[in-house]
Amino acid sequence: MTTAECPVCGAEVEPAWEVERGEIIDCGDCGAELEVIESEPLSLEEAPELEEDWGE
Amino acid sequence: MTTVGFVCSRVRKDEKLLLEELRERDGVEVERIDPRDVSFGLEGTSGVDVDADELDVVVDRAMSYSRGLYAARFFESYGVPVVNTSKVAHTCGDKVETTVALRENDVRTPETRVAFTPDSALETVESLGYPVVVKPVVGSWARLLAKVNDRDAAEAVFEHKKVLGSYEHSVFYIQNFVEKPGRDIRVAVIGGKAVAAMYRSSDDWITNAARGAETTNCEVTDKIERVALDAAEAVGCGNEGVVGVDIMEDGNDLTVHEVNHSLEFKALTEASGVNVAGAYADHIVEVSE
Repeated sequence: MTTAECPVCGAEVEPAWEVERGEIIDCGDCGAELEVIESEPLSLEEAPELEEDWGE
Repeated sequence: MTTVGFVCSRVRKDEKLLLEELRERDGVEVERIDPRDVSFGLEGTSGVDVDADELDVVVDRAMSYSRGLYAARFFESYGVPVVNTSKVAHTCGDKVETTVALRENDVRTPETRVAFTPDSALETVESLGYPVVVKPVVGSWARLLAKVNDRDAAEAVFEHKKVLGSYEHSVFYIQNFVEKPGRDIRVAVIGGKAVAAMYRSSDDWITNAARGAETTNCEVTDKIERVALDAAEAVGCGNEGVVGVDIMEDGNDLTVHEVNHSLEFKALTEASGVNVAGAYADHIVEVSE
């Protein structure tokens, strides 16, 4: 598993499990919610805000 | 070889479980389709790695109601079977449509009124009697639900919805408040079968797992199964849909208050011990055949 830089605070983020594209993980340093854009190599972006028609 | 188009952007535990189950099946290949990357034309898609005619089935796991609905509709127009169909998504995603469909199919559901102005909404509530529940017509996870106990609260809620909300918030969807025993029941219906159920208990009037309700196994009795299957049928599932039916125990009756077309099953799997993702994956493969 590779690591990537948190796009919010710049800390190194290393997921503790095998992540999937589209999964949301938290930055251990700043707590930002990050979306996995690519899993290999790991690429992260700040997760989009919840939108009104999201749900079940 | 079965190629499954998997429409989703955000991967929650539910999608991860379902993806794992699908990928474990012999002869199944999964193509991820992110609604943020794709555009739909009358003849086909762009922004997807495979053409629509290479897909044997599409599963809609988009968190966005509108994105999932239109993606389903386009794939149907290309001749690809979709779980769930756009008809099911349309009926479940709009509470007015759900309520009317349940009523038309004689499925017990709370007394519901719809009004279009704050004044007529207030008049409606006064005639129904307090408390009532006011819900947005589109939305989930119990967001923006309001239990209205008196006239002062009703006036405030309706004015706020009118002024602060989008045009959809000017559709005032009002239901009688049903006194339930501190819990409701979620039933997963997959391909015409009630595969698992759980109780969702909370001290709060909202008993949604996404809002922290405690979840425990619920035996799928004949009565619960009948109501769940009737509700699934009412929203257009036939033997191909996958829905979560939410049921309240209303005295000796069972009252359906919601049918969800993008079934979240993580909590249900943990509470019931049933491999819901496995049944879901088997069903998707069946639909493709």
